[in-house]
Amino acid sequence: MSSFVCPGCGYVYDEAQGDPREGWPAGTPFADIDADWACPDCGVREQVDFLPVTSTPSPGGAS
Amino acid sequence: MTIEATVDGTVVRWRDRKRYLWVIGAIVPLVPVGAWGLHALTGSTAAWYFGPFFVFVVVPVVDLVVGRDGENPPDEVLEQLEDDRYYRWVTYAFVPAQVAGLVWGAYLLGGGTLPGVDDPLGVAAKVGLALSLGMVAGIGINTAHELGHKKVEHERWFARAALAQTFYGHFFIEHNRGHHVRVATPEDPASGRLGETVWEFMPRTVVGSLRSAWDLERKRFARLKTSHWSIRNDVLNAWAFSIVLWGGLTIAFGWQILPYLVLQAVAGIWLLESVNYLEHYGMRRQRLESGRYERVNPSHSWNSNNIGTNVLLYHLQRHSDHHANPTRRYQALRDFKEAPVLPTGYAGMIVLSWVPQIWRSVMDRRVIDHFDGDLSLANVHPRTAERYERRYAA
Repeated sequence: MSSFVCPGCGYVYDEAQGDPREGWPAGTPFADIDADWACPDCGVREQVDFLPVTSTPSPGGAS
Repeated sequence: MTIEATVDGTVVRWRDRKRYLWVIGAIVPLVPVGAWGLHALTGSTAAWYFGPFFVFVVVPVVDLVVGRDGENPPDEVLEQLEDDRYYRWVTYAFVPAQVAGLVWGAYLLGGGTLPGVDDPLGVAAKVGLALSLGMVAGIGINTAHELGHKKVEHERWFARAALAQTFYGHFFIEHNRGHHVRVATPEDPASGRLGETVWEFMPRTVVGSLRSAWDLERKRFARLKTSHWSIRNDVLNAWAFSIVLWGGLTIAFGWQILPYLVLQAVAGIWLLESVNYLEHYGMRRQRLESGRYERVNPSHSWNSNNIGTNVLLYHLQRHSDHHANPTRRYQALRDFKEAPVLPTGYAGMIVLSWVPQIWRSVMDRRVIDHFDGDLSLANVHPRTAERYERRYAA
């Protein structure tokens, strides 16, 4: 399972957890998410803009 | 208070000169109470109109007299500045003050008396009081805007509370997920078009934003595969705040206050939407070969460094940075030198928008110059497109 980060605000989509509030249940692969789905926190960047998180994120989400 | 950051052995120090001015924002909800004071002193009915006088005369004059502040916090201290909780408490304080002011106003609108108000208010006084409450309501939408953009869940709930007064709870959904995505494109109901008057813009943005908020939540619930007729629908749970607030006030002070509640809500919404009108007037993001719009950049928003309006609206006028970094807290927003600049603060610009001829004479040339004379790059209103092409053909 991989994670993807919004390059604008740092929101992280973790495939293992999904984002159930947004309609992506835990385990939803990032590739299955609509290309025009906008970041739920900033709305500036969309699914296609997200970047894969290379290392497993250990520190909490510093904004 | 000076903040300090050490980067690569170099110490960066910065002092926020506006730090204590931000408290003024939290005092704004007491403007209608100021109207009471003025009335008690003068006995005049006109005193109840102090709210609109404050927003459309006092603030624009302060903007012109006090001038601009283009100072930016250095990048090194941004994180520390954002984490300083003082700033968020100033915005939280607005919300209880706003609700208390509204309850106080509703008491008077319901025929209540106070020292200096020996008889129940007449219609002209009540209209003035409702308009004064409406100015607070509109500025309250801006406070909700600051809070609704944050990642902290309780701040998003405070945003709903601040929107209750205007029944505009759907705003924080549409604004964050609709306007920010489509800003400065012809598809955005909340971006003013070149040649469009503020009066034309009003119904387009109010109806378009409502529809957009509802569609956004409907789509989210379709993904969840459940009905959007649910209290978890953010449009509905935000409106529930208004139902409780308005219902409570009506039960407490009588149904006679309802027309005035509607009037103050309309005034507040109109104030907020006027700001929407001017923030991106004529600006357009260009379409890329991929079919997507180019990314939002500083050139797509009108900015102003006028101190009066900036303090009142939590740096909303540093609008380019806000669109680049919507979750960034107000105290850390920066002025971009390359962004287009309005001739004065938002408050004064709203006054200009009342007469479209004056608005166009001030703004249209600036939009055309912004695009180096190339009208095809602007977001032109379809109704005026032909006329503008004739007038501004290069």
